[in-house]
Amino acid sequence: MSTNNAALRVEGVNISFGGLRALNDVYLEIGKNEVVGLIGPNGAGKTTLFNALCGLVKPDSGKFFLDGQEQEFPHTSALVDLGIARTLQGVGLFGDLTVLENVMVGAQKFSHSGLVSAGLGRNTRDEKQLKDRAMHYLENVYASGLANRRADTLSYPDTKRVAIARALVSEPKILMLDEPAGGLGSQDIEWMNLLIRNLTAQMSVLIVEHHMDVVMTVCSKLYVLNFGEVIASGSAEKVRRDPAVIAAYLGTGVA
Amino acid sequence: MFQLLNTFLIGITAGSIYSLMAISMVLVWRSTRVVNFAQAGLAMLSTYFGYEIIHRFDSYWIALPVAMIAGALVAAGIELIFMRLLLKHSSQGAIASIAPIIATLGLLGLIKSIIGYFWGNQDVIIESPLSNVGFTIGTQTLALSPMKTFIIAAVVFMVLVLTFIFQRTNLGLALRASAYAPEISRLAGIKVDLVRTVGWALAGAAGGAAGMLQTANGNGALSPDSLEFSLLLAFGFIAAVIGGLDSLIGAVIGALLLGLVLAFVLTYVGGSLVFITAFVLLLVVLLIRPGGLISQKAGRRA
Repeated sequence: MSTNNAALRVEGVNISFGGLRALNDVYLEIGKNEVVGLIGPNGAGKTTLFNALCGLVKPDSGKFFLDGQEQEFPHTSALVDLGIARTLQGVGLFGDLTVLENVMVGAQKFSHSGLVSAGLGRNTRDEKQLKDRAMHYLENVYASGLANRRADTLSYPDTKRVAIARALVSEPKILMLDEPAGGLGSQDIEWMNLLIRNLTAQMSVLIVEHHMDVVMTVCSKLYVLNFGEVIASGSAEKVRRDPAVIAAYLGTGVA
Repeated sequence: MFQLLNTFLIGITAGSIYSLMAISMVLVWRSTRVVNFAQAGLAMLSTYFGYEIIHRFDSYWIALPVAMIAGALVAAGIELIFMRLLLKHSSQGAIASIAPIIATLGLLGLIKSIIGYFWGNQDVIIESPLSNVGFTIGTQTLALSPMKTFIIAAVVFMVLVLTFIFQRTNLGLALRASAYAPEISRLAGIKVDLVRTVGWALAGAAGGAAGMLQTANGNGALSPDSLEFSLLLAFGFIAAVIGGLDSLIGAVIGALLLGLVLAFVLTYVGGSLVFITAFVLLLVVLLIRPGGLISQKAGRRA
């Protein structure tokens, strides 16, 4: 089942917080141009796994493969250079920056000038390129009209679009979306589904999501976490019928 | 009439020097969330470097940029070697938020002692490069001399350059993003640690400029126990707090306001009340608007 050219693969991931075992021997594989869903009840360890993948939490043990190459779990600051981008559950826009500036922040790796020479204002062409690039991705999420608004004046669905544009602008190979549909109305959810599907032409996507209809619509593969363990994985259809999953979600001893 | 104008000019000149100091406090606060009391020591050390240059090359105009560069390098070095380690080790527990501040007080003492060791505790003199005698209109002398004109122009220039960096460059974008949310910035690919060091360096340069200008504006005397520098620190800090501690524009407005208020108290009320006024102003702002005077609207802009 494990292919060597998966975009991202982790195995044997263990994380404890004090005496609490948050993740226990967890594995996950994201194929190229695949949309993978990570689901499970509250407190199952989804966000912990997400955080481990992007360096916010350091695993006690586990292996990390990127494009089939084993390497250390990445540091947060190296993430973008490795081709991984993520959005946050709380969206995490910079409230006092404009929408365009927010997206430009995500494009820093394309800045050719060093910090200092950029500071001296030598590289205005570089600036212009970053701006254009940011604008392009704002258009991709239908938010170019918001470019000059301050981020803290946006509606919630709009902040979600901008957050995705900021992740996309770094042109990642793997995009991690933390509850992209959370708090959205049904129209916005439909738009989000469409967007995610269109993304797969360029990248792999990993989603943590509570909205089952979103997960079932866009994901080709699901992993189900419960109490820090992977209790099921496979196609959406297969997982949906898995007795262990039903038990975990309904909280009964059906299995 | 002339007295009013002169009071205003004195206030603006003093305020513009305070604003450099306030800016350097704000830059450090924004990049590492530390109130840097060592800033007075850094400014003083930079000014001593400036003094060495004047001593050797006999030019204030070379000494000023050199002092700023020296201030930037020393501040960056302190952040790299000292603050990084300190913030890492004191990230937990009740002491976490005060340990770095106390450490900057320790640094202040250390820097002053080092200055005393190398340059002695006697006054050294930095001659003012331009005339300190005010322009005259008719029989009246204005409180605006060539030197004071240069000070105001230099500060305006530096504030404009900083504003340009913050609002129009990538570095500025990184500085603003990192100040707002370091963890998210890191996720977005910003080298937050490097950005912090740059923030300290900019603060060091601003502090160096403040020290050089302040010394040339006063009687030119410079010593490790200089009252001028203690006041520079106190007033710069008060100005930064008035401005909300988070905003460059706020720092400038706070500093000009403080400079003007103190000048008017000095002229119309009496010199003995100047310090009382400064600290009462600080307390009143903290009691009524703890976030600073303009924190609500423009506070986080710059």
